[in-house]
Amino acid sequence: MEEESDTRKINNSFLRDHNYATEADIISTVEFNSSGELLATGDKGGRVVVFQREQESKSQPQRRGEYNVYSTFQSHEPEFDYLKSLEIEEKINKIKWLPQQNAAYFLLSTNDKTVKLWKISERDKRPEGYNLKDDDGRIRDPSTITSLRVPVLQPMDLMVEATARRVFSNAHTYHINSISVNSDLQTYISTDDLRVNLWNLEITDRSFNIVDIKPANMEELTEVITSAEFHPQQCHTFAYSSSKGSIRLCDMREAALCDRHCKYFEEPEDPSTRSFFSEIISSISDVKFSHNGRYLMTRDYLTVKVWDLQMENKPLETYQVHDYLRGKLCSLYENDCIFDKFECVWNGSDSVIMTGSYNNFFRMFDRNTKRDVTLEASRENSKPRAILKPRKVCVGGKRRKDEISVDSLDFSKKILHTTWHPHENIIAVAATNNLYIFQDKVN
Amino acid sequence: MAGADGDDSLYPIAVLIDELRNEDVQLRLNSIKKLSTIALALGVERTRTELLPFLTVLNVYFEYCLAVLSIIYTIYDEDEVLLALAEQLGNFTMLVGGPEYVHCLLPPLESLATVEETVVRDKAVESLRKISQEHSPVDLEVHFEPLVKRLASGDWFTSRTSACGLFSVCYPRVSSTVKAEIRQHFRTLCSDDTPMVRRAAASKLGEFAKVLELDYVKSDIISLFTALASDEQDSVRLLAVEACVSIATLLPQEDLESLVMPTLRQAAEDKSWRVRYMVADKFSELQKAVGPEITKNDLVPAFQNLLKDCEAEVRAAAANKVKEFCENLPEENREQIIMTHILPCVKELVSDTNQHVKSALASVIMGLSTILGKDNTIEHLLPLFLAQLKDECPEVRLNIISNLDCVNEVIGIRQLSQSLLPAIVELAEDAKWRVRLAIIEYMPLLAGQLPLTKSLCRVVVYAIREAATCNLMKLVEKFGAEWAQNTIVPKVLGMANDPNYLHRMTTLFCINALSEACGQDITTKQMLPVVLKMSNDQVANVRFNVAKSLQKIGPVLDSNALQTEVKPVLEKLATDTDMDVKYFAQEAISGTRFTLASLHISTKSDLPF
Repeated sequence: MEEESDTRKINNSFLRDHNYATEADIISTVEFNSSGELLATGDKGGRVVVFQREQESKSQPQRRGEYNVYSTFQSHEPEFDYLKSLEIEEKINKIKWLPQQNAAYFLLSTNDKTVKLWKISERDKRPEGYNLKDDDGRIRDPSTITSLRVPVLQPMDLMVEATARRVFSNAHTYHINSISVNSDLQTYISTDDLRVNLWNLEITDRSFNIVDIKPANMEELTEVITSAEFHPQQCHTFAYSSSKGSIRLCDMREAALCDRHCKYFEEPEDPSTRSFFSEIISSISDVKFSHNGRYLMTRDYLTVKVWDLQMENKPLETYQVHDYLRGKLCSLYENDCIFDKFECVWNGSDSVIMTGSYNNFFRMFDRNTKRDVTLEASRENSKPRAILKPRKVCVGGKRRKDEISVDSLDFSKKILHTTWHPHENIIAVAATNNLYIFQDKVN
Repeated sequence: MAGADGDDSLYPIAVLIDELRNEDVQLRLNSIKKLSTIALALGVERTRTELLPFLTVLNVYFEYCLAVLSIIYTIYDEDEVLLALAEQLGNFTMLVGGPEYVHCLLPPLESLATVEETVVRDKAVESLRKISQEHSPVDLEVHFEPLVKRLASGDWFTSRTSACGLFSVCYPRVSSTVKAEIRQHFRTLCSDDTPMVRRAAASKLGEFAKVLELDYVKSDIISLFTALASDEQDSVRLLAVEACVSIATLLPQEDLESLVMPTLRQAAEDKSWRVRYMVADKFSELQKAVGPEITKNDLVPAFQNLLKDCEAEVRAAAANKVKEFCENLPEENREQIIMTHILPCVKELVSDTNQHVKSALASVIMGLSTILGKDNTIEHLLPLFLAQLKDECPEVRLNIISNLDCVNEVIGIRQLSQSLLPAIVELAEDAKWRVRLAIIEYMPLLAGQLPLTKSLCRVVVYAIREAATCNLMKLVEKFGAEWAQNTIVPKVLGMANDPNYLHRMTTLFCINALSEACGQDITTKQMLPVVLKMSNDQVANVRFNVAKSLQKIGPVLDSNALQTEVKPVLEKLATDTDMDVKYFAQEAISGTRFTLASLHISTKSDLPF
């Protein structure tokens, strides 16, 4: 694993100037499409930026795999819910790409309340020639029109356009935390704190509630749904995680309402490590199926766990992301960092997993060799095309050279969102308002 | 100025052509809908060489306009434009020069058949199917069939889904070599990687089977059907159930058992409730397709299972089919099957935990009485009806009431009124307004079915309070003016003194509805004084409704009363302080047929004489 990281080069990073970075520029989600040719980011300002991979060219082989801006559009605007006197932020919570269905690309983006289906398409021709106007755009005298002119198409510079094709609204009382497209390519789910809704991608005026954990009396509320995802192949299976650290697997074949789960994954708590923070840090912030559909990965505050779908009582593998923070939970609670929602991703072959940490660090774990590495995404420590150095955090004692003390970690620089190219070793890491794209060394 | 005349006729067409690209979607839609006018003006030659190539790429252009406008909510209109275009092109054959040139329409329709919007794609396919009939057999092979192949092997699944709908229209009219190719293409699409395409293929399987030779149905279609019916995606499997109906109709009875039934049995017990739901939903069609013998041996137990399914959606779908299923059972042992197999399940459903199931059952259960006859109905069904009439869910009660008439035919009015009427009267006082509304809506029907009793009158009183004026009219027509004078009119007039102005207005609305049916005498003597008195009401809404009522009942009144009583009141109202009252009073004055004498007095001078 370390060799692999050694060969990792910083490829290009889309840096917005730190001095002028505003809250709106903070990246809130990042996602590759199913071919890896496109990469989308969403930010707190409601914008979606789509990057496209450069085509391979013989003259500039080093530019292979470079991602450049393809399209930028405003997906969501701030709104106000007059009935509840609530502001609805424009922040993009999640982006999910749809499998390609024609020459255009489609993605779903969501803020707290509304999911939108966007179409991103190209155009390189335009019709020319009017009857009532001459070629310079001047209005012609109607009496001079002696023949009819049908417009003809002329080539023009390539334009990329984004259009909202569908708006799925008014179905969520609470904040949407995740969306997931079904493998049947017909439906998707949107999940908020207490409910999971099933939508048909073509129908916006109705959705079906398939999970509802809202108790009759809200004072009896003990857990919330934190994330949900469809199985990559089985169109009837989806999983959702809870703030109590458990994952439920539901089978939509059994009933229209999936209130009863068919599998329940939970690790029994170790009484010796129980503390005031146990419940908070066991809350799952992300759940992801492996590409082959055999495993589930979950991220809680301190660990990443891999679960075998056939084994409900304990995780198959547990990886410590930043165990050195265990002693600092008190201060992390005070500065609210303990509630940060870190995401986790699989690589294309499900052999490596990646998740974020603080101080612009992100972690990778090789499941076969059991080796792990900490890397840093920062413009200070890396130039484009530079090789990333593994980083180490030391706890107390003597600090060796190129180690960083746990007390000097910057908790405002957190890496919450990362994504891995579906087939290649290319990753995208969102560090506040910066997007870093790393890839294996070419030669 | 001869040239200018030519321009005059060209100008509107020029506008239409330019507006094909207008930023305003409405104008574009308008132009598209007049596409035939444009084509007619251009002539067949230019339509083929200039207009159609432009239309082929028009959908690309439209999206651009959208991006410029960037208004989310016009998008649905946008689809409407493409939809209109797809539809227009289906009727374009003569405009491009007749059947000889019909293939010119293929490129634009092909491009529309690949857009992502399903409605547009479906419409394009529909138009393609339509114009395929206008192709000569040669053109079909030279132009149309290659298009189908192109779509079927397209890179994107949108084009492959569209191809699925086109096989069946060209298959019967091509040579046997091409037929073999078409069958191969269909086979490929049935095992396509994307579920979208497999779904499209599954939904067209039945239609394609119909045009195939029986041998191929047995060799090709059955294996495709079996494969689709055991697809890993339940969204595909459930569509195979639909195909099952058409395939079963095509096969001879002796092949059904071996070729279709194993798959059907498997579908009825599928792990996914959505597939079982589909089986339940298509049950009557399946029953007809497989014939009486298989129905008796296989479908009856399957239906019982569906009625007892663990998923409420499935039970509801099956419950909906109870009547149809029973009706279509073979006559010789129908009663026995129902009594021993179906009725026990139905009895359980009456007390189902899910209200949708109960209400689905309630909407058809009454129909069983005609099938089972009087004695069985009284002994077995009536208790069920009564239980459902008292169900806690209003929908269930509603559905029973809405179907009372068919029971009446079987068991007669006496039995019905004895057992059900008390429950109905109770419902008229139901807490749910929807139930009361339904009772009111069914009042004329009930009145036709049930003898006029005191309790029925009570129901009528509720109807009045709910201001069910249009039904009142029907009731009066049924029972006559005398009944109305004794029962309804006093109640109506009594409400004129109600402290709630809405109830006072109800009086006026009822009078509007009743006056004609009650006739001149009752209207003038009993109703008019009340209306006139109400013209002094303190609420302006009541006053202007008085004006409206006076206009309405005017034709029924005798001219004397009109002249001496109505007119002064209207004139007074015309000087009211309230604007609306004034307006409606003036309307009433000019709209009422006063006698000639009064016309002279009238200050209005703009009358025709």
